[in-house]
Amino acid sequence: MAEDSSLSGGAPMHRGPYISMITNRTMNLLIRAAMLFMVGVFLALVLNLLQVQRNVTLFPPDVISSIFSSAWWLPPCCGTAAALIGLLYPCMDRRLGEPHKLKREWSNVMRCVAVFVGINHASAKVDFVNNVQLSLTLAALSVGLWWTFDRSRSGFGLGVIIAILATLATQLLVYNGVFQYTSPDFLYIRSWLPCIFFAGVITVGNIGRQLALYEYKVSQEKTHQD
Amino acid sequence: MTVRERLRQNISAAFYRHGLLCASYPVPIILFTSASILTCCYPLLKLPLPGTGPVEFTTGVRDYSTPSHESQGDLSERPDWYRGPPVAYIQQVLVKAAVSPWDNSLVPVDVFRSPLGRVFSVLEEIRNHVYTDRSLEALCLQVTDLLPGLRRMQAVLPEHGCLLVSPGNYWQNRRDLFDADPDLLKTVHQHEPKGLHTSATLKDLLFGVPGKQTGVNLYSKKRVVTYTITIALSSYDARFVASLRARLKQLHPSANCTLREDHMVHVHFKEEIGIAELIPLVTTYIILFAYIYFSTRKIDMVKSKWGLALAAVVTVLSSLLMSVGLCTLFGLTPTLNGGEIFPYLVVVIGLENVLVLTKSVVSTPVDLEVKLRIAQGLSNESWSIMKNMATELCIILIGYFTFVPAIQEFCLFAVVGLVSDFFLQMFFFTTVLSIDIRRMELADLNRRLPAEAGMPPPKPGPLRPRETPPPPRPSPHTITLQAPAFRNLRLPKRLRVVYFLARTRLAQRIIMVGTVIWIGILVYTDPAGLRTFLAAQVSEQSPLGEAGLPPHLGVAPVFPGGDPTSTLSGLPAPEPTPLPENQSQGHRAAHPEVAPVSSPQITWGPEDEELWRRLSFRHWPSLFSYYNITLAKRYISILPVIPVTLHLSPQEAIDTRHPQDTHHAPPPIPIPGGGWTGISRETCFAGAHARMVAALGLFAGVVLVLLLFCLYRVLCPRNYGQNGVPHGRRRRGDLPCDEYGYSPPISEISPLLLRGHSMDIECLASDGMLLASCCLVGHIRVWDAQTGDCLTVIPNNGGCWEHRDGWDHISACEAESLLGADFREPGGGAVGGQDVDIFPIRRRTTPARPALFGDQPDLTPLIDTNFGLSPPSQALSSSGFDFGGLVEKAYQEHEPSPTLAFPPSPPASQQRRRSLGDQPVLPPELPPQNNGDWDSSVWAMELRGNLIATGRSSGKLELWDAVEGSLRCSNEDGVSGITALAFLNNRIVAARLNGSLDFFTVEITKPLGLLQYRGRGSLPPSPCYSSEDVISCQLTRSVQCAHQKPITVLKAAAGRVVTGSQDHTVRVYRLEDSCCLFTLQGHSGGITAIYIDQTMVLASGGQDGTICVWDVLTGSRVSHVYGHRGDVTSLVCTTSCIISSGLDDLICIWDRSTGIKLYSIQQEVGCGASLGVISESLLVTGGQGCVSFWDLNYGDLLQTVYLGQSSEGQSVRQLLVLDNAAIVCDFGSELSLVYVPSVLEKLD
Repeated sequence: MAEDSSLSGGAPMHRGPYISMITNRTMNLLIRAAMLFMVGVFLALVLNLLQVQRNVTLFPPDVISSIFSSAWWLPPCCGTAAALIGLLYPCMDRRLGEPHKLKREWSNVMRCVAVFVGINHASAKVDFVNNVQLSLTLAALSVGLWWTFDRSRSGFGLGVIIAILATLATQLLVYNGVFQYTSPDFLYIRSWLPCIFFAGVITVGNIGRQLALYEYKVSQEKTHQD
Repeated sequence: MTVRERLRQNISAAFYRHGLLCASYPVPIILFTSASILTCCYPLLKLPLPGTGPVEFTTGVRDYSTPSHESQGDLSERPDWYRGPPVAYIQQVLVKAAVSPWDNSLVPVDVFRSPLGRVFSVLEEIRNHVYTDRSLEALCLQVTDLLPGLRRMQAVLPEHGCLLVSPGNYWQNRRDLFDADPDLLKTVHQHEPKGLHTSATLKDLLFGVPGKQTGVNLYSKKRVVTYTITIALSSYDARFVASLRARLKQLHPSANCTLREDHMVHVHFKEEIGIAELIPLVTTYIILFAYIYFSTRKIDMVKSKWGLALAAVVTVLSSLLMSVGLCTLFGLTPTLNGGEIFPYLVVVIGLENVLVLTKSVVSTPVDLEVKLRIAQGLSNESWSIMKNMATELCIILIGYFTFVPAIQEFCLFAVVGLVSDFFLQMFFFTTVLSIDIRRMELADLNRRLPAEAGMPPPKPGPLRPRETPPPPRPSPHTITLQAPAFRNLRLPKRLRVVYFLARTRLAQRIIMVGTVIWIGILVYTDPAGLRTFLAAQVSEQSPLGEAGLPPHLGVAPVFPGGDPTSTLSGLPAPEPTPLPENQSQGHRAAHPEVAPVSSPQITWGPEDEELWRRLSFRHWPSLFSYYNITLAKRYISILPVIPVTLHLSPQEAIDTRHPQDTHHAPPPIPIPGGGWTGISRETCFAGAHARMVAALGLFAGVVLVLLLFCLYRVLCPRNYGQNGVPHGRRRRGDLPCDEYGYSPPISEISPLLLRGHSMDIECLASDGMLLASCCLVGHIRVWDAQTGDCLTVIPNNGGCWEHRDGWDHISACEAESLLGADFREPGGGAVGGQDVDIFPIRRRTTPARPALFGDQPDLTPLIDTNFGLSPPSQALSSSGFDFGGLVEKAYQEHEPSPTLAFPPSPPASQQRRRSLGDQPVLPPELPPQNNGDWDSSVWAMELRGNLIATGRSSGKLELWDAVEGSLRCSNEDGVSGITALAFLNNRIVAARLNGSLDFFTVEITKPLGLLQYRGRGSLPPSPCYSSEDVISCQLTRSVQCAHQKPITVLKAAAGRVVTGSQDHTVRVYRLEDSCCLFTLQGHSGGITAIYIDQTMVLASGGQDGTICVWDVLTGSRVSHVYGHRGDVTSLVCTTSCIISSGLDDLICIWDRSTGIKLYSIQQEVGCGASLGVISESLLVTGGQGCVSFWDLNYGDLLQTVYLGQSSEGQSVRQLLVLDNAAIVCDFGSELSLVYVPSVLEKLD
């Protein structure tokens, strides 16, 4: 509440070039998409690094290559997906007419991202007895993430749908031999992948909603100007 | 449910008491908390420092056997990593070689050329050594390939075969290459990295001793070359090693060498954090810091924002430390990488509770005492805090039952951390918060004291007179608005960011923090390097007079065969102790001039025993990493060194010379007294090192001081406030207690109850001075809005008027003759039928109070009786009559006459302003007798001037005299019930049930045009309707089908009439000509609320929960927002925001210009939907038996005023804000009048 009120002051806004740029709707959309894209790329790089480096070499020959150890197309794909999802969530909220109300603050978003990274960390680092246990734990964690930070039915539905789609896509990719997992246990992929996807969708959706708060504000302003 | 409620109450009460306790004894509680933190953290001292430094374990050589994989519980001192075979056994052959005796014919290169050349023969010896059938080839660690990235080292490091490194590797272990090498130093140094390097370099790896000790340079004064041949053995064969040792010792005997050979050291390396691994870690930390930043940013309205943020972070951090400490205490050693899980722990524990606490405490009424504020804030949030904590514990418990060891451990830490965090929040943070708030109040008080010296203190001292009985009337009380500094307007966000940057000097702080982090990383990544560096400094610098002396010069005889201190100690100290060297230096000081140009002597001291300790701790990991062997989480065993002493004759040195060696410039001839250049170099180096150490120390000191200062600022306020006065909880007084047993202080605003109605109040109308209310039965009561006295009662069942004064009826002609009497008696009681043209003026016969107006000036001469001259009403409609000037003059002449005799009974009614546009001059009409429609009920009521307009369900419009209670006129044109009324200027607009809209004109005829002013002396004259006026009410226009469906809302302002209907539209009419200007469409539900004010701002809310803001001039929609789930029940605007309340018990505050929701206030279920704005920043809402005052800028609850004791069932449905900042609200069958005097002061 305090956050919201501090975001938008009652004082008259001076519309500098920055504001007017933001006010432009398509411009705003582009900015948001770009930010989400960057977030997606960054998370993809970092999390991929987590997955890749299970056996650590001491002086890695060159760090850069280990960061980009995955295929070149992976980070852009993740970025695009993040941008799409992050734009889709607020849009869906508006269409359904039930705005997301749960604790819309940046600190909460940060918490969500941290938990998401933690889930990835756990999937990469913690030694589980078997894959079923790992998958179940991660599934519980993901649902807990949703419950803690989202709690909207639309968010859950979208998350599940996108997770299923992404898993299917990964299956297809692996089936066609684009890349492969070291120890697949769920057809061709790891069984925890849907959970990770779900958690990622929730996280990115959270970020997108938070970004859309600003957009909402400026679009209102624009209506007023008209 | 009841159990839950009871639990909730108990929790609240407990928190309340706890808050009182914390706020009362801040210092002891903080001391206690700090003590418990320290106690809980004490076990942490036993833990190794978090870092990646290696750990050691020493065993004897004799009874050594490779440890098994299974843990044997017998040896408690055996570390748990000491299992299984090591990666390698390291056997070092330490070679010390010197050309002796030294003569002056030798060139400096001779110092190391021939000694280095001997390495090849020693290597040969080692390689060819065979014990029984074992050779080195069989035992040594076979390596295959260098890492692909190390092509440039291919020539130097062995690429296959035994891992055996020596300086000979520089020349591919070939003597011929060595002999052909013109510049040995260049060969050695060509692989050295440029610039600052902290970890092991190739020179270190090959020489096996720290670079400074090798003696391979041109300016060495010792002229002793030291290097090692390092052999990595994959398996340990005691006999082979022993025979090798014996063989080498036999070949190259070391005279006075008593190095101990009975211990082998196992070195365990922790997990290395590579850069690749660091990236995710850094990412998590960045996220963590962002989280902390965004969280602590929300702390607001406290004295020291940074202090509280620091306290919050300290709370979380120390709770983590406590959790680790407690876990260690109970025998649970952490195996997880602390640095990795730490951010997640912080995120799990979170800062939320702390922020919620702060917010809750800050939003308590400011005028309360600090203790009470803390207690109340705490108990307000108690339930949610407990609920959250229970939920988190549940989740963590679920995590515990995953039976994954790592997760279990994490959960265990998290549980203990949560509990200790809760403890710290309750004790540490609450106390800090109380101190902070007390400081803020003191500062506030100081700031406002000079300005409000004459006023009652807003914050009385500790002994405030709260126990005194409440004054009969609400004492002048202030809603303490915050100090201007905290209330100042919100700047634009960008500006605030800039201010924030400037205020906090963020840039400098970031640079500072960056420096600290950098140093920390440096220390972390290379602690051993720094340690050895410091140790070397200490050992070299300790005797002050030693700098001029070449070290290790001719001290051999002085050295005892073995230093007793070090040989006696069972385990070698981890650091090379400087003690023996000090001794030796002490000895040296005794013989200051021992052969300045003497032959180099090879000495063996205890420091040579474990020379590898002086190497970087990265030495071994980096050596092995070149072969893709990781030492992380594994260990190596280092066997005792084999000492080899080589004495070379000068002739040998000359023989091995390369032809170019002599081309080098001869060294500065060491003249007696010392080689100045060398010494100056050395002292220069030493000075630089000393300066570095001093700078580090200084920096650490500064950081420490800063930290202490911050702590002091946070923990130690200037004044701890009142102490010694024990404040128990207030006894439950007359005022209702809230659910926490907290009674509001008596100095609160106390409402004035207006009793009289027998049924619930249906309609409420006011014009600022008078107040009219109508109950369900149809009784209308008129009250004085100032005093709350009941002036008039208009009962429903006609006949028995309850007049204060008797009136008789006189005819119109009589009225003309009654000039001098009390014509100006306020409140014209004209009861007007529409088409009657006689004057049934009831003249007041004043038997009860004959002296009532005797003191009034005689205004008769002022009255213009010539009606022919009076202008037509239309011409005057804009300005209205103003007799003020006229009356004022007469009144001033009358000034000396006493006013004391004025009776108090209707004291304020005379002072009423005459509302603008009340038209007193109109054709007179004859009102009928008191034939009001008693059967129908009153549906709408308006009050203007002293006329009450009532709309009845039968469709009848009546005008009553507010003071006299007489029916002045009535209109029965319509048959459909009047649902809403608007009374503006001289027009009445009535909305009917059938959707039609009727415009009436009230015409007031001054029958005799006489004026008489009666008022209290000091107040400005305010003429109003005269009881003698004849008032008629004519239907001017009727819009039959204004709306398709019943009109629900009708508002009029600024010459416009706005109607809202169930047919989803809003219509705007012009008041003068009742012409429909706009039909506003935009809602998808019936209109439930409309707001319009003088500035032509129109807002409407509908059943669909939307709120539209319209421009009345153009009819366009300005903004359209979804506000509520369910109907919008009420709408109010200020100049900057729109306030709406809905059926969802939410009050939303929107920015008026942008339509953005600023914030919302969740009210209790079933609260009334009534809203009122007292001033720009003060909102009042009706609730369940109470009204609440809110600060609009921040959405904080300022105060809640309880209306009565039995307040449970009643909710405030209507709420009116009067001009004098009083609030009137209905409260069952009573009316409640609440004064907000401080706002009144603010208003003017």
